[in-house]
Amino acid sequence: MVDTKVNLLGITLDNPIIPASGTFGFGYEFSELYDINCLGTFSFKGTTLEPRFGNPTPRIAECSSGLINSVGLQNPGVDKVIGEELPKLAKVFNKKVMANVSGFSVEEYRETCRRLNDCEQIGWFEVNVSCPNVHGGGLSFGTSEKAVSEVTKAVKEVTTKPIILKLSPNVTDIVSIAKACEDAGADGVSLINTLLGMRIDLKTRKPVVANRMGGFSGDAIFPVAVRMVHQVSKAVKIPVIGMGGVSSAEDVIEIMLAGATAVGVGAANLVNPYACRDIINDLPRVMEKYNIKSLSEIIGGCK
Amino acid sequence: MKQGLFEITNNVALTKDVMKMTLKGDVSAITNAGQFINIKIDGLFLRRPISVYDLDKDTVTIIYKIVGKGTEQLSKMKDGKLDILTGLGNGYDLSLSGEKPVLIGGGVGVPPMYLLAKRLIEKGVYPTVILGFNTKEEIFCEKEFKELGLDVLVTTVDGSYGVKGFVTDALKNVEYSYFYTCGPEPMLKAVYSASSTQGEMSFEERMGCGFGACMGCSCKTLTGNKRICKEGPVMKKEEILW
Repeated sequence: MVDTKVNLLGITLDNPIIPASGTFGFGYEFSELYDINCLGTFSFKGTTLEPRFGNPTPRIAECSSGLINSVGLQNPGVDKVIGEELPKLAKVFNKKVMANVSGFSVEEYRETCRRLNDCEQIGWFEVNVSCPNVHGGGLSFGTSEKAVSEVTKAVKEVTTKPIILKLSPNVTDIVSIAKACEDAGADGVSLINTLLGMRIDLKTRKPVVANRMGGFSGDAIFPVAVRMVHQVSKAVKIPVIGMGGVSSAEDVIEIMLAGATAVGVGAANLVNPYACRDIINDLPRVMEKYNIKSLSEIIGGCK
Repeated sequence: MKQGLFEITNNVALTKDVMKMTLKGDVSAITNAGQFINIKIDGLFLRRPISVYDLDKDTVTIIYKIVGKGTEQLSKMKDGKLDILTGLGNGYDLSLSGEKPVLIGGGVGVPPMYLLAKRLIEKGVYPTVILGFNTKEEIFCEKEFKELGLDVLVTTVDGSYGVKGFVTDALKNVEYSYFYTCGPEPMLKAVYSASSTQGEMSFEERMGCGFGACMGCSCKTLTGNKRICKEGPVMKKEEILW
């Protein structure tokens, strides 16, 4: 018998698999297909203070081994998430869920987290700092040590649950950003968010997605994720959730060896709705193949 | 929704760039005309959503136009198996048809009208069918609709066959209780404006997952935000924001 359990900031996960925010909605589409209680947990759809429709369509572009999306954080707003989505989720998911929060100002992050903090179902906050800072010239929060530090401190003040900062790879030095989060009191970091990308239609000579650019994810970005997880986990003491192009049990082991305590699975869910279940079912076989008795023992085990 | 492996039993050209493919497998998740299936094609990341043309107890038939890499690759497959998600989208609401609905298909919007016509006939409703194409060479499925015993009007933009003009030129002379349509957006808009009754139209959008998870294909309607792949692709005329 192999042991797939890991401990993520005080909560034991049956396995490290966490469907990534934005690829799993609030869980119901998938609970129609399989019992989502097999997951470690999942990170729900990025939630903002106000409801958002998001960007104009088309929002999706095909790429080699991946896709670009520019959904633009479509969500019903924090009050509907608390009032409607979480009660519905409670019927199909009996584990702690990860609350993914986005904002366009420090104040918005603070207020959204404050409102969610009392929800029993929420085990952790995952704070997405890839959004543009409207008071900071529109640059993403995640590109500035000062901005991530401000966001971290603001949400720590109003929450009693672990705070995980979800980092953007679109920076010169992700290690310094991760350290700034740690210094400001973050309990963990998750990485990588999508890489900024673009496709152009040869017939129309226009960008394929209406917003011109979008986030590139999928199998193709896995090596970038492994590299960044490795660099960050060496530099910080807080746990790292590794994600970016993970699509197999082998990938899970690899990114854990790079330093991930738990593992996000994103784009793979969109192509194979059973991706997470399949990975979880396949983990024991791959662990035995590589002589791994306990997953928690291999975290950061890259020599 | 179900995921399954389907065997290609037939894949033939109907026109120079429109193909018809029959797939054998578990079709139990497909319940309504107007639904679509989402096909995984080797070497491509995203699945390709294609509407259902016909359905049998263990086969589903699609008609698709070769427009890009995915459909081109699909067009070359003569046998083998495909990983497909079935039973996606809402489909048309047969209960609103009235006694004499009209079905309006334009180009590759024609295929879903076929299963819809068959389903209507099963409940004793015989719709009038209008099929719109650009030119005579592009016409397909006229015979299939006629074989169902229906009145079929074909329009061509260049007048090389049937009524010269657009589907709305044929619609002028038809009496109908309700309309069902699928086709390019300019055609849907024209039908929306020209129609004298309520009706339903099927929309297209670039999709990520095709089953409601990614919010890639959202649109605004008078009854709130909808995902084309989940609450659509069929929308009622009265909820469309035009």
